Amino acid sequence: MSYHFEFGWLLQYYPQVVKGIVITLELVAIGGVLGISLGTFCAWVRALGPAWLKPVVAGYVELIRNTPFLIQLFFIFFGLPSLGLQLSELTAANLAMVVNLGAYSCEIIRAGIQATPKGQFEAGASLAMTPFETFRHVVLVPSLQRIWPALSSQVVIVMLGSSVVSQIAAEDLTFAANFIQSRTFRAFEAYIVSTAIYLALAILLRQVLAVAGGFIFPRRLAR
Amino acid sequence: MIEFTLWDILRNLLLATRWTVLLSLISFIGGGAVGLGLLLLRISKRKSLRALAKYYIELFQGTPLLMQLFIAFFGLGLFGINVPAWLAAGLALILWTAAFLAEIWRGCVESVAKGQWEASASLGMGRLQQMRYVILPQALRVAVPPTVGFSVQVVKGTALTSIIGFVELSKAGTVVTNATFQPFTVYGLVALIYFALCWPLSKSSQILERKLNVAHRNH
Repeated sequence: MSYHFEFGWLLQYYPQVVKGIVITLELVAIGGVLGISLGTFCAWVRALGPAWLKPVVAGYVELIRNTPFLIQLFFIFFGLPSLGLQLSELTAANLAMVVNLGAYSCEIIRAGIQATPKGQFEAGASLAMTPFETFRHVVLVPSLQRIWPALSSQVVIVMLGSSVVSQIAAEDLTFAANFIQSRTFRAFEAYIVSTAIYLALAILLRQVLAVAGGFIFPRRLAR
Repeated sequence: MIEFTLWDILRNLLLATRWTVLLSLISFIGGGAVGLGLLLLRISKRKSLRALAKYYIELFQGTPLLMQLFIAFFGLGLFGINVPAWLAAGLALILWTAAFLAEIWRGCVESVAKGQWEASASLGMGRLQQMRYVILPQALRVAVPPTVGFSVQVVKGTALTSIIGFVELSKAGTVVTNATFQPFTVYGLVALIYFALCWPLSKSSQILERKLNVAHRNH
């Protein structure tokens, strides 16, 4: 059997595709900002936080890093309503992404903090800064700058992983591809095109994050 | 209505875990073999071969695994090939794993000091001999921890094959949930089983990293 590729008809579905791209990007933006914030907080806890909180954060990080994102998503969307916490598809998707990226970015940021020379902490202390002030003003920014490439890769990975949220009917790009596929039975074209869009988004996101890194950290890191 | 005990649920999930383990092993071994081939292309002397491997890796790392699964499952079916879910799942996971392993291993090969290449070349070794006797033994030591660490990603990656209908742990979780109406318990257990599979791998990767590093420092 021979198969004839036709891509022209896809144009009529562009509103769905555009909507899907917008939702995917929204998920990444919200998940990225809140996830990295959560990760930063967790990294602070693991480096300097109160002793009772450390095992809690360690458990959270290990649990999330060793279970599939799909299951985390299903647990939040299908499981939490049993506790009386009913979330919409998009909220559940966002929450899952924040929780997921929070754990991964915690480990990445922690590596950055550990790579900070010990003298920096001592220097902060000698200026009569509290440990938190030292963390906030002296340690955090160079740490983030050091691990920015790794953090960017993780954000791209989370963006690609977000394709799974279509499974709880959040209307992201993959949802659009599935929608088109179910309408037209032209699976190959629908998935090839959306895969290409994902690839373009991944390349674009990496560039944007690299440029953003230059703006956020304007000064060169002292060796 | 039938009542399901916790044991009923757990037993069914554990039965399905076999397929998660099997698929992970196939993906990891198959992906390792393909990845080794890719690695050789990626570090070969011919520029075109290097570029080919680079584009392959960029493509598979830059697109969602779910899309790769869809293309393997729905796409091939359109050409009149009857693709069972397990075949599409295995194929997509092998190709995906290979891209990541090749890139991890490239880093390890490049971590071997350049002088080692020059020294072995000066002994009149061919490219393959250099790899076989000088570079790989040293790179292998560096490669073990990240390779074990990546196996966790493979196990987690197999969860996505439930979406194209392969019945493994995640799919079993959905099926059992539909039968028992206890999503909280079922997905909680599914998560714990995944954790039980993955955590020893992560932990041993960390331990190996520390051990091999210490050995390295003592040189």
